[in-house]
Amino acid sequence: MNATIALITLRAMLGRRRALLLFALPLLLLMLAAALRITGNADLEVSASVLQGFALATVLPLLALIAGTGVIGPEIDDGQIMYILTKPIRRHVVVVTKLVVAIALVVVFAVMPTLMAGLVLTGMTADLAVAFTAGTLVAGVAYGAVFVALAVASRNAVTIGLLYALVWESLLGNFAPGARSVSIQQWGLSVADAITSTSAVEASVRTPAAVLLLVCVTVLATVLAVMRLRTLSVAAAE
Amino acid sequence: MSAGTIHDIGYRHYDGRRLSRPYVLRSLYVHNLRAAWGLGRPARAKVMPFLLVAIMLLPAAGDVAVVAVSKEPSTLWRYSAYPVYLQVVIAIFLATQAPVLASRELRFHVVPLYFSRPVGQLDFVLAKLAAMTSALFLLMATPVTVLYVGGLVNKVPDSVDHALRYLGALVGVGLFAVVLAALGLVVAAFTPRRGFGVAAVIAVFMLSSAFVLIIQGIAEAETNFAFSGWMGLFTPFNLVDAVQVRLLGAEKTAVAVPPAPLGGPVALLVCLAVVLGSTAVLYRRFRKGADL
Repeated sequence: MNATIALITLRAMLGRRRALLLFALPLLLLMLAAALRITGNADLEVSASVLQGFALATVLPLLALIAGTGVIGPEIDDGQIMYILTKPIRRHVVVVTKLVVAIALVVVFAVMPTLMAGLVLTGMTADLAVAFTAGTLVAGVAYGAVFVALAVASRNAVTIGLLYALVWESLLGNFAPGARSVSIQQWGLSVADAITSTSAVEASVRTPAAVLLLVCVTVLATVLAVMRLRTLSVAAAE
Repeated sequence: MSAGTIHDIGYRHYDGRRLSRPYVLRSLYVHNLRAAWGLGRPARAKVMPFLLVAIMLLPAAGDVAVVAVSKEPSTLWRYSAYPVYLQVVIAIFLATQAPVLASRELRFHVVPLYFSRPVGQLDFVLAKLAAMTSALFLLMATPVTVLYVGGLVNKVPDSVDHALRYLGALVGVGLFAVVLAALGLVVAAFTPRRGFGVAAVIAVFMLSSAFVLIIQGIAEAETNFAFSGWMGLFTPFNLVDAVQVRLLGAEKTAVAVPPAPLGGPVALLVCLAVVLGSTAVLYRRFRKGADL
């Protein structure tokens, strides 16, 4: 961890209008939860589908993508990363710092809103809110690590991340059950499934395997990002 | 010395032909259309648009192959359903390419360079909108055409009916293209930072679609189908599908569309409002970008 890098990154992420986008996503989730509660539609099944379909499958990947690629991608693109890389700071410190900032943003803008939405929807019934908070937290950490690694590895990180999160996990996951086992979203759902007692949440991957895969992917992505940053060549932007 | 004087130091005046406004418009349009496909830019910029076209073509080609092997005409997808089925891929294409058209000049503060030439500000915006629309139209019309030609080759019955539905689907694709392009360019123009534009555009599409789907699910469970249909107007793909169903005679692909007598015209009016409003917003945005 390097406090200065963390501070600069945080300022770049939250400066000016950019923060609005980060606020808008969770706000929509909370509005939906409140609306369902007020109109009396917040039974356990609907709540589970909102938390799964909206919080875990839509808001979380989008936010992790914005945060994960945003903390390091633009700096590599316009060459500003040079000012950090030419300082006597170890590359793994740079990557871990960026990753910590990304995860912090995900926690504030996706995991906490999920907890609040869950509490608004169901209170403490069947531990649904807690379950999805844990699920989004572990999935968010893995997403963050993967997207930071993508941003270091490729200029097209955002598009590749979108293709993975939306086409692979959501679109193919619906048709081909095999694609579902290689999906951070399903691993997160598996953790949520283990905590909650309701049968409205059904994961296709067993929990021990899911936890193991989440840890492996997070560590592997971080190591790859460090290795890639060691040999980074900075070309002119566009 | 009092007032400054301007001396004629012998620069030659331009007395050649002045090219017209359509020429400016066409040049901007071609430039933007090429940019949308990454032509005239490094290979890195070409990868994504053409990869997404390949992904768009894949299901159509696969479906035609299925029809050819199984000899079952009913397995041919409906032409009007194709953009709705593959809306995620189309949204990703829009999200990656709209910032290329709408963000770059603003990010590098070069808009004043355009407007210091005889380029009209409205022309500038219209050329961008037309270019993005054309790019999206090509993206969607190509696989639909592959489906149609595949059907012809495999001698699907009712060829007149198929031709009519194909033409209807092309009109629908055109409407999809212009509505999506307008929305995408507006969002991208307000997020000039690299990467953020992509995320912002996709967020608008994915969140509106997830939001509407959940509301529709609850409304359908309560058998309130009219409300579910009207909610469809709040997400772009469902909105255009409503026009396809109510005015172009297509079958329903989205979850629900607004009820018959009013639904179609209202959906078309909403489309029109989206396009006109977006043009106005883009016009103001680029005027502001023109200030140094």
